[in-house]
Amino acid sequence: MKKTFDNKAWFLVLPVFLMVLFNSLIPLMTVVNYSVQETFGNNEFFWSGTRWFEQVLHDRQFHESLMRQIIFTGLVLLIQIPLGLAIALCMPRKGPWVSVCLVLIALPLLVPWNVVGSMWNIMALPDIGLLGKAINGLGISFNYTRQPLAAWFTVVLMDVWHWTSLVVLLCYAGLVSIPDAYYQAAQVDGASRWSVFRYIQLPKLKHVLTIAILLRFMDSFMIYTEVIVLTGGGPGSTTKFLSIDLVQKALGGFDLGPAAAFSIVYFLIILFLSWLFYTLMMRGEAK
Amino acid sequence: MARISFHDLAHAYGPAPSSPEHWALKPMTMTLEDGGAYALLGPSGCGKTTLLNLTSGLLTPTKGRIEFDRVDVTHKTPEERNIAQVFQFPVIYDTMTVYDNLAFPLRNRGVDEATVATRVKGIAGMLDLSSTLQKRASGLTADGKQKISLGRGLVRSDVNVIMFDEPLTVIDPHLKWELRSKLKELHQRIRRTMIYVTHDQTEALTFADKVVVMNDGQVVQIGTPVELFERPRHTFVGHFIGSPGMNLINCDVRDGKAVIGGGEVATENAAKYKGGARTLQLGIRPEFVKFSSEGLPVEVTKVADAGRFNIVSVQAGNQPLKLLVPQGAAIPSGSAKVAFDPARARIYADGWLVGDDARGAAQ
Amino acid sequence: MSLELRNVTKRVGADTYIYETNLVLADGSLNVLLGPTLAGKTTLMQLMAGLEKPTTGEVWFRGKNVTGVPVQKRNVSMVYQQFINYPNFSVRENIAAPLRVARMNEAEIDRRVMQAAEILRLTPMLDRRPSQLSGGQQQRTAIARAIVKDSDIILFDEPLANLDYKLREELRDELPKLFAQRNCIVVYATTEPAEALLFGGNTATLHEGRITQFCPTARGYRRPKDIVSARVFSDPPINTHAAVKVNGELTLVDGPQWSLGDGARDVPDGNYTIAIRPHHVTMKPVAANSATIEGRVLITELSGSESVIHFKVGNETWVSQSHGIHPVEVGAQARLHVDTDQILYYGPSEELVG
Repeated sequence: MKKTFDNKAWFLVLPVFLMVLFNSLIPLMTVVNYSVQETFGNNEFFWSGTRWFEQVLHDRQFHESLMRQIIFTGLVLLIQIPLGLAIALCMPRKGPWVSVCLVLIALPLLVPWNVVGSMWNIMALPDIGLLGKAINGLGISFNYTRQPLAAWFTVVLMDVWHWTSLVVLLCYAGLVSIPDAYYQAAQVDGASRWSVFRYIQLPKLKHVLTIAILLRFMDSFMIYTEVIVLTGGGPGSTTKFLSIDLVQKALGGFDLGPAAAFSIVYFLIILFLSWLFYTLMMRGEAK
Repeated sequence: MARISFHDLAHAYGPAPSSPEHWALKPMTMTLEDGGAYALLGPSGCGKTTLLNLTSGLLTPTKGRIEFDRVDVTHKTPEERNIAQVFQFPVIYDTMTVYDNLAFPLRNRGVDEATVATRVKGIAGMLDLSSTLQKRASGLTADGKQKISLGRGLVRSDVNVIMFDEPLTVIDPHLKWELRSKLKELHQRIRRTMIYVTHDQTEALTFADKVVVMNDGQVVQIGTPVELFERPRHTFVGHFIGSPGMNLINCDVRDGKAVIGGGEVATENAAKYKGGARTLQLGIRPEFVKFSSEGLPVEVTKVADAGRFNIVSVQAGNQPLKLLVPQGAAIPSGSAKVAFDPARARIYADGWLVGDDARGAAQ
Repeated sequence: MSLELRNVTKRVGADTYIYETNLVLADGSLNVLLGPTLAGKTTLMQLMAGLEKPTTGEVWFRGKNVTGVPVQKRNVSMVYQQFINYPNFSVRENIAAPLRVARMNEAEIDRRVMQAAEILRLTPMLDRRPSQLSGGQQQRTAIARAIVKDSDIILFDEPLANLDYKLREELRDELPKLFAQRNCIVVYATTEPAEALLFGGNTATLHEGRITQFCPTARGYRRPKDIVSARVFSDPPINTHAAVKVNGELTLVDGPQWSLGDGARDVPDGNYTIAIRPHHVTMKPVAANSATIEGRVLITELSGSESVIHFKVGNETWVSQSHGIHPVEVGAQARLHVDTDQILYYGPSEELVG
């Protein structure tokens, strides 16, 4: 009823278009360009068709790092989303403690990624690190530079420490936007704490949780810096995730063609999974 | 069902204040009879929602006591008080069907499914929700959602009191008629104590047997709709109820007679005035002022056609006054004289009706 | 010299908001758009303001076709139902805003702001922020901003709908006074017949995207040209009933038979739908030609100074509105008095006969 149509408004979107063009589309096209050609430097290119793609898709290393990536992202989501929600639920909604809590919660997000990596690198050292030493002190043998399990444990713990805060903040924002009347009505209706969560808070947080899951999925699927600093993908290649694999191929091997094809496959996987998450969670919403 | 009494009840948001004007609800004592339909009426910020939330237990009073059937409930939770409340904006459980929404308060209290089914169907029938019972509640229109909220308030058979906090705010004007009378009808059918908070005089007077008029944190009058119209105990009641509201004219009282601009005016209660007031006003509703061959001299300033009648504005000296004149009756222009119905003209001292014995009870 | 809508329609997708409409609003006139929610009042105002382009048809202003001219290039002010002010400006700066845009000199701005503030009784609050004002004061600030510049057209879209009714009463009284001296076109949209009546001027009754009647307000109220217009212009709803008129006798279908006396002599005998306003159906007889009607009471309502009774006659629900507070029991048989001189007679195609 109140929509105004004025085509001039498109001009206002033009700067964004240009930015997207230069930031994403042109680099992406370069990558596409590389992915179907062979080059030995000197700006000489030869058409190679889908060869690089076939090579990447049949590469055992790629399969392994994809598998690791999926397990890592799955683990991270399974821990961070419920944990973040739980912390948000426990936070005070009014009073002087709100800002204190918010600052404390936001702290990990302010630490640069490579610093996070080195922090945990030192923390988990079995001989001098606080965490490593404590675990060994409990009688459990722990050395993340040697034991794959210990390495995974440290990487996941680091990511949880670094990123759960984001989930907490998103959920908290969602929770405080629920009008008081809902809680009062539930109180009057005699609803239990669980019912309030199940029938008021969770439904009202649906959109926020969708965003949290999407953000955490995309970010964790592309994790690079922290892991490189912490374990460098080791021991062996047990924590070598997709992005590490990609960088090693592109920079280490100078295989620009296969690396480009790898990038595109990587990009398409993220795009597809994001779409899948989004549609699954928004199902039944459109009416 | 319960008789609700407030004893010296007062509330302030924050610490107990030192000066009286900082109380959101000033100390008051009042009893609401079992099974009555009450309305709390007043402008925004008058303390009516505070009083409602104190009654339901969503707030704990700064001082005073609340009793349900002589049992002190001041520090009990809403659940322990066994009350129902309907809020200004519809509160529904989005993921549930209409049926589950209505059943929710019953199921929370462990009522068996057979009883739940009969109660829910009964309430749905009264509120015309029967055809939507299996639909998702989130798909309904605003008034449909508010009906669900009403239904959840009414579904339990054992509540002490049902409270409504401006429940028709979000309802389209042409549906208000219907819901307003539906609530009245429901009260007559189930005869449970109900408290209805509103700033709309029509909603309050239509719904309630007794209306509690509040202003500035205090109760100014408790009365039937007829009493509020015929005999306002405070100038605020006269002004707030009726449109246009009661005329108030500054006056003097000499020897038990009201005097305006040098001329004497017959009133119902001037003889009872004992002196000592800072302001003295004569209150008369526009309905009871007539053009006449003698009386108070006035200048006619404006005639507004309101369809059913004309609202005539006049100036008596420098004081404005309004008259309601039926369609077709002659309206003089320029200078004229008006007379007041002596049985309806009353003197108010510092806002309160002079010679009113029941004043203490309302304070 | 006027604002004209010529064969204007507005469709969005498959929905028609405004059916073909012709309307001429004279300079210096007060005009009311009266109709229920979604009747098309807001759309019509947006077409007048230039916020929307008509799907077909033309908008003319003072002899010029302004159909495609956007709102910025027209000299228009608008007041909305929501209280819209600049939150970080003082009341003074809020009122001055349109004058600053027009680059008026400081002294003139000051003079005009003071004048507008005076009229709307905002002078003591000039240095406050909107958030420190009551709802009524916020809306008065918005109104002051609308009247402070010499707009050609001032549009009010249900400006009082969000206010408490006492404040509404006050502003209703004040608003028409503001425009008495001006040469602008004022358009005022409302859902309430009472507001239209007090505003005066001309009233267009709207029903589902069509203007059903446009004429001086009092005439539109007293002589609605068809039943739809009568319904739009009546709150509580106007009573309608099928009836037969023969030789000064009126017989209502499944209802009473009335002798009309010397009233309605000009109305020929025949079948009619009669309409009568609720306040001509009262608890006490008030008129010379009075008849009675009985029915079972369905609903009773009390407003501050009036009693309303809904009762059933045959298949129709009737409404009576009497002055004073008179409680009646629901379910009782009510006997009410009808002023037969006030009956409106509508023919087979719902047009006014007499």
